[in-house]
Amino acid sequence: MVFPGRLTSLPQICEFIAETAERANFGNKAVYQMQLAVDEACTNIIEHGYGGEDKGDIDCSVIIGQQDITIILRVRGKSFKMEKVPQPKLNVPLEELQPRGVGVFLMQQMMDEIRYERTSDSENVLTMVKRKS
Amino acid sequence: MEVTTSQYKRCDLIKTSGRVDSSTAPDLEEAFSSIIDSGRHKVVFDMTDVNFMSSKAWWVLIDAQKKCKRYNRGEVILVKVQENIRDSLDLVGMGSYFQMFDDVTAAVGSF
Repeated sequence: MVFPGRLTSLPQICEFIAETAERANFGNKAVYQMQLAVDEACTNIIEHGYGGEDKGDIDCSVIIGQQDITIILRVRGKSFKMEKVPQPKLNVPLEELQPRGVGVFLMQQMMDEIRYERTSDSENVLTMVKRKS
Repeated sequence: MEVTTSQYKRCDLIKTSGRVDSSTAPDLEEAFSSIIDSGRHKVVFDMTDVNFMSSKAWWVLIDAQKKCKRYNRGEVILVKVQENIRDSLDLVGMGSYFQMFDDVTAAVGSF
């Protein structure tokens, strides 16, 4: 499924993920976690990868395995250095809490596996795997 | 996204429903700002009908909590946080920054 790269696409992308995961018999909690990871990923793609709305599409595909589900987001835009995103400082006093890095941290916590690849034809491929627990 | 606000004697109540993500978080932010900018800092956020909160939405709450708690002048209290939302909030340790209640009356009455 291809979605326009704008923030108002987020509900449709999440709905697509939720419907597919429910059909694959994932439970309510896992489905929520997948939606949250995909929402964070797509927000980052739109805001940082594309540098704004309506600069490109988000190609979202899902592969259902026996014991897992693989969500693949293919986009153009800037490359992404996941390892350069700082770990957020959590469990600090409220005044010191900063948003930087929380989105990526959440994606990592919500999914079992996250891989990023920049292909030779300048496509960014983000692969996220969730296993049935 | 529709966000309703009601002003009580001792606090303000904000209520919305559905998804709060990066496209709708600005509507929630506006509701908090209009209350805080008018000098009121005791706010109850009724999340009974909220079924999704992305990190953008949490930052609206965190920012509001920072402003409200400054000088001990108030606080943001959350009501009826659904389990999936609460789990993800706790996972990043953000749940600890908020008092959570199971009903609006008790939350409003706590001020």
